[in-house]
Amino acid sequence: MIPAFLTILLCQLTGEIVTRASGLPVPGPVLGMALMLAGLLVSARLQALVRPVTEGILKNLLLLFVPAGVGAAGHIATMGANTVPVLVAVVASTILAIAAGALTFRLVARLTGTPVEGGR
Amino acid sequence: MIEIWSYLSRDPLLWLAATLVAYLIGMAVFQAAGQKPLANPSLVAMVLLAVLLHVTGTPFATYFEGAQFVHFLLGPATVCLALPLYDNLPRVRQSALPLIAALCVGSATGIVAVLAIGDAFGLAPAIMASMAPKSATAAVAIGVSEELGGSPTMTAMMVMLTGLTGAIVATPLLNALGIRDWRARGFSVGVAAHGFGTARAFQVNPTAGAFAGLGMGLNAMLTAILAPLVLRLFVP
Repeated sequence: MIPAFLTILLCQLTGEIVTRASGLPVPGPVLGMALMLAGLLVSARLQALVRPVTEGILKNLLLLFVPAGVGAAGHIATMGANTVPVLVAVVASTILAIAAGALTFRLVARLTGTPVEGGR
Repeated sequence: MIEIWSYLSRDPLLWLAATLVAYLIGMAVFQAAGQKPLANPSLVAMVLLAVLLHVTGTPFATYFEGAQFVHFLLGPATVCLALPLYDNLPRVRQSALPLIAALCVGSATGIVAVLAIGDAFGLAPAIMASMAPKSATAAVAIGVSEELGGSPTMTAMMVMLTGLTGAIVATPLLNALGIRDWRARGFSVGVAAHGFGTARAFQVNPTAGAFAGLGMGLNAMLTAILAPLVLRLFVP
């Protein structure tokens, strides 16, 4: 478990160092994800090593957002007259973005003859 | 009694434990509510803790001293998203074109829509800047917003609201649109609602989760490019 967790941390650490050094608009953890993916592609042993820890963390992904959410809940109380406009803008735009993304995927999949999964 | 409270309330242990207890209650509520998206375990936990902090008069900084150990794992968890992505790599290659198109349209729609609506309400430039990158993962959103004159705490709140919205509306919305492909369902949620939407996608289906993680990672990069450009159209 410790070697697996260390591998994950080292990917993130490398990602953080590279983003800071290069000024790339990519967060360190996302670069770490790309690094881990590259590692998984070349090493079957790495896959066996990180799978148990990775699955444990990903199973509880929702828990990790709780502290940030508590902070957000405290901040929204300070928005005053801007609360409703902000809520409307954020909620409506998120709904539109999900719908636009999913419909675009389906349209382009049809146009390019990409095999469709899950019917229709 | 007061002495014990004054010790505990300043110790990280109490608020770390409270965070885990609140999440377990959230999971129990989610199950009891028939796994309805609105009974999101994370949302339940946030509300419980926010009320608890308010009632006990605990500052957020004190709470966070305990909760930071959970919060810290967001970074490693992002690295972990490489594994489901690896497992689904042949399907990612197979659907590369629809994915690229969905990324561009989904990302641009989120940014343009939030700014257009904010503009219609006449929101201040600092709020507009804080809203523009809200679909990206928090680290990117805060970085982009600061460069545009937004506020870090306000941006963090916008990011959270976006994630919650995505986690709650995705299932009914995509059902209503008749989208059954787990790749499309997951990816669009990851693009629009970052890691929180991804967490919801994993709750529903592993393929959706893998594609949501991919969408989150790609939109982190695209938002850093698009958000400043689109903001300039609304805030000269």
